[in-house]
Amino acid sequence: MPAINLDDSVMTTRLDAVVNWARKNSLWPLPFGTACCAIEFMSMMASRYDFSRFGAEALRFSPRQSDMLLVLGTITNKQAPILRQVYAQMAEPKWVVSVGVCASSGGMYRTYSTLQGIDRVVPVDVYVPGCPPRPESMIYGVMKLQEKITRESLGARREHIEKFYESMARQDALQQAKGLSNYQVVREMVLAAGEQGAQQIW
Amino acid sequence: MVIEHIDEQLPGAILDRHAFRGDQTIVVDRERFLEVVDFIFRDGFQQLIDVTAVDGHQRDPRFDVVYHWLNLASQERLRVKVRIAERVAMPSLVSRFKSADWAEREVYDMFGIPFEGHPDPRRLLMWEDFPGFPLRKDFPLDGGDRFCNEEIGASYAPDARSLNV
Repeated sequence: MPAINLDDSVMTTRLDAVVNWARKNSLWPLPFGTACCAIEFMSMMASRYDFSRFGAEALRFSPRQSDMLLVLGTITNKQAPILRQVYAQMAEPKWVVSVGVCASSGGMYRTYSTLQGIDRVVPVDVYVPGCPPRPESMIYGVMKLQEKITRESLGARREHIEKFYESMARQDALQQAKGLSNYQVVREMVLAAGEQGAQQIW
Repeated sequence: MVIEHIDEQLPGAILDRHAFRGDQTIVVDRERFLEVVDFIFRDGFQQLIDVTAVDGHQRDPRFDVVYHWLNLASQERLRVKVRIAERVAMPSLVSRFKSADWAEREVYDMFGIPFEGHPDPRRLLMWEDFPGFPLRKDFPLDGGDRFCNEEIGASYAPDARSLNV
């Protein structure tokens, strides 16, 4: 039997390194645009800043076909259950980028109507500050997300995804038990979390 | 112009009035409000621009419901205010002015002023079971949300669920 010379045709690596390399270079964004950050986002996608350089040019407006949720703008309490549903429907693995101060912390809207940061209701991976952030900042945020994906192990996201689905089940149970609208259920969950000093409901 | 007409035709309907640089305001008795509306409609004020309200809080009666009309022929504007107490309903203008529909729903949503005869008296902006009416002066700005404040745990509202009036 002749010896087989493999030489350069084989290289060894870790499985998660290969998978993460593929994942980070083919992010499929879902733009959840609610305010002026979405206008900056259009600029980011257009030719001058050219977001496709990062392998994320295929926008999908269906959560089923995307894995990077870009939350671009103010999220009101009335939007919160919708955002949670969109996040729940996304294909896994999924990442969330919170763009702008409104999405990250409520920003200047410290009122009854505005959710004080989307991380109260969904897990967030990267926060991009600014009002609105320049396209460069958003691109930097997504590059940070790519770095984060590179370092992840394949099972790393399981825990908080499970926690999130558990909170969705809790939301449904509460809604059935109290007969409230989904807006009021999420609102009450956020308020109750605040009273306990918790930062989030998931 | 129109105010003099109302004085002639409906004496006593105007409780108070003021004008500043062509900005005409009249305060009308609630009982005679529909009479006045029909009269100014015939006088040419046929576009209802907006319906809103002001909460006087400690004042009696508590609310001003404010209507803005435009006379499309003469380009005159007229502001009509009606003073009402809490839990008193206003007559709805939807059967007369289509634009009153959402404006009245918004006033109900934000101030809790009911409109009698409105075809669809739901809230407009907030959800149906939202506790309280946000533009009332005794509604805490944060709506009971402790995240709105510098120090977690210090809300203006003792309990958000107590805001239901």
